[in-house]
Amino acid sequence: MVAFDEMTGGEGGLRAAYGELDRWLKEAPPEMLALRRSQAELFFRRIGITFAVYGDEESTERLIPFDIIPRVLTKPEWTKLEKGLRQRVTALNMFLADVYGPQECLKAGIIPPDLVYRNACYQLQMVDFQVPHGIYCHIAGIDIVRVDADTFYVLEDNARTPSGVSYMMENREVMLRLFPELFATHRVAPVDNYPDQLLATLRSVAPRTASSDPTICLLTPGQYNSAFYEHSFLADKLGVELVEGSDLLVKDDVVYMRTTQGPKRVDVIYRRIDDDFIDPLVFRSDSVLGVPGIIGAYKAGNVTLANAVGTGVSDDKAVYSYMPEIVKFFTGEEPILKNVPTYRCREREANAYVLDNLEKLVVKEVNGSGGYGMLVGPHASKQQIDTFRKKLKAQPEGFIAQPTLALSTCPTFVASGVAPRHVDLRPYVLSGANGISCVPGGLTRVALKEGSLVVNSSQGGGTKDTWVLDA
Amino acid sequence: MLSRTADSLYWVSRYVERAEYLARILDATTRLTNLPSAYGGAGTEWQSAVATAGCEDTFAKAYGEANERNVCDFLSFNPDNPSSIRNCFALARSNARAVRTALTSEMWDALNGAWLELQRFERKRMDREEFARFLDWVKGVSLAFDGSAYRTMLRDDGYWFSRLGVNVERADNTARILDVKYHVLLPETEQVGGSLDYFQWTTMLREVSALTAYHWVYRQAVKPTLIADLLILNRRMPRSLASCYENISRFLDQIGDAYNRHGPAQRQARRTLTNLANTPIEAVLQRGLHEFIEDFITENNRLGNVIVEQYLQ
Repeated sequence: MVAFDEMTGGEGGLRAAYGELDRWLKEAPPEMLALRRSQAELFFRRIGITFAVYGDEESTERLIPFDIIPRVLTKPEWTKLEKGLRQRVTALNMFLADVYGPQECLKAGIIPPDLVYRNACYQLQMVDFQVPHGIYCHIAGIDIVRVDADTFYVLEDNARTPSGVSYMMENREVMLRLFPELFATHRVAPVDNYPDQLLATLRSVAPRTASSDPTICLLTPGQYNSAFYEHSFLADKLGVELVEGSDLLVKDDVVYMRTTQGPKRVDVIYRRIDDDFIDPLVFRSDSVLGVPGIIGAYKAGNVTLANAVGTGVSDDKAVYSYMPEIVKFFTGEEPILKNVPTYRCREREANAYVLDNLEKLVVKEVNGSGGYGMLVGPHASKQQIDTFRKKLKAQPEGFIAQPTLALSTCPTFVASGVAPRHVDLRPYVLSGANGISCVPGGLTRVALKEGSLVVNSSQGGGTKDTWVLDA
Repeated sequence: MLSRTADSLYWVSRYVERAEYLARILDATTRLTNLPSAYGGAGTEWQSAVATAGCEDTFAKAYGEANERNVCDFLSFNPDNPSSIRNCFALARSNARAVRTALTSEMWDALNGAWLELQRFERKRMDREEFARFLDWVKGVSLAFDGSAYRTMLRDDGYWFSRLGVNVERADNTARILDVKYHVLLPETEQVGGSLDYFQWTTMLREVSALTAYHWVYRQAVKPTLIADLLILNRRMPRSLASCYENISRFLDQIGDAYNRHGPAQRQARRTLTNLANTPIEAVLQRGLHEFIEDFITENNRLGNVIVEQYLQ
């Protein structure tokens, strides 16, 4: 299986978008690249961009490796992607409004009802509740993979609390510092207006009870959460308070922050706490991260939660496999972005095929994320395959399978020099009362190990700056 | 601002100040033990260092004998001592991390850099020279943090809460130094005014960087009464109790003005400041320095609690 290389096009050629970069790479002495890379690492460590790996006793804070060679997309490539992303996120929001409302798509047989009703992320609390301005998924991260010059697939929709956008911004920041000469020869579309767009999105969805200058805050599980750096980074860029559950209190269905001047009313909460933990009175009663009563305030229409509660029903891997039909049903258009062909193991025939071809396929848990609980057939040991075979037989509806994709590769600076490594892309799509916005590019994740297809940071992946060339 | 943010800013400053104070105690104690034995040092210096740090119980449980190695380890690196220099930096950094955005990048840099560098120090067993370098480094970190707060922070409630932390902690530390040195250090058989006594008092002044100031202010030989005057009542001396309370009262008033509401914290700080201004040093000594200090430490703790109740929870 030969992967498409975004620089060479796969046949030892050179694609136009990479012309300047190729010349620069040929001229740049390896020592200089190594030096810049260590400067980049120092920069990240000094400002404290770290993340935690759960279950890793040794260090609570690690750096995500950063690759100094940018990934380049052309304007036409991005334009098409962006159109597809807008369409996809529009459909996600319409789907959510529908499954918690009239349920037309279930009646029309677009998706099996049990995938919704029996989905652990389907929140009965949300049924027939009108969310402010009708928007559920304000911030979406759509994972995209590329397989050839023209084909981009959606690998996964992240409609709950997608993370990584701070890396997108800090990667650009460090590139601007370290390689100003590259920005002189490339017209790179800026990404630094993301916080402005996010703030505008959050302001636009304030409840109608709020003043024209709504109070917004960002709710974090706290500094031991793996994405805490990002939470504090975003709160800072947005100019809003970074609050923990204990900083908020609910009185008479109104949410307040505890401040040095007494309680202050809150209108919009960009929450980075999962549904399960957000309100111990409604969800997990053992949660100390959340705010007792916040769901009551939400349902009384006194506060907006972004994202809404219950968006998880739209992004699990079983629902994913129906996304092409969902997009078509709600938008009336052909999907611009394709899905990766997916076998639903809940279907008898599909499962039989998957069981016969485990060594060729990628098998994923329907509710898993972050690269955990996943089988990459071609790289798995016989024992791992047997384990999954048992799991699949015991609970087929818990899994989907996909062919092993030849993810595109990009030139990457590794120990042996510059070599191709597999990448994916996570653009961030914002939906507010005034429409959808999406900064050009997103976060490129790269599998640093030769031949590896797993880009997750928890599994040894790194990141790159992503350039959309304006000209 | 969020109460938790103010709380963290307050404690970040307290912990950094405390780390510096511990470094100063260790530095002074090392100096005291360098006294030739002919002068008849009582050998209680290390015990006294633990007492000055206010953690005798924890120490007694963790170690037996109060000797140089044990005490230095306990006050500098022991992760089980909640007030070791290591833990002060760890707590300062973890508080800072929780409110990253309320700190300027210079302040964060000072703390985060210190935390990273600390790992380098604690890995190895140090000789005296290295240990002295370590103590200097700790004082440097505190200076860098304090300086960056002073030079880069916006002058609003965040800054005032951070300064409150520094001054409440500093007042406590100065009081403790005075108390312990007055009682524990001097062996009962030793004559007051003897050379050991003299050496101990000057060491104490060095401990708070006040020896030169003493000579400038009083222009005479070191006397316990004048030292007490300098460290308790003299507003020109930045570590004196009066100076700390002048600052505390000023910062609390600035907060009260900004919030348009003065409360129990402002009143209590003002009361303590007035008491310090109206009490001559003779009256302090007549009543007993130890009693005075004990009362002061209690009052200072009470103010800390009032600040917490009024603003930080």
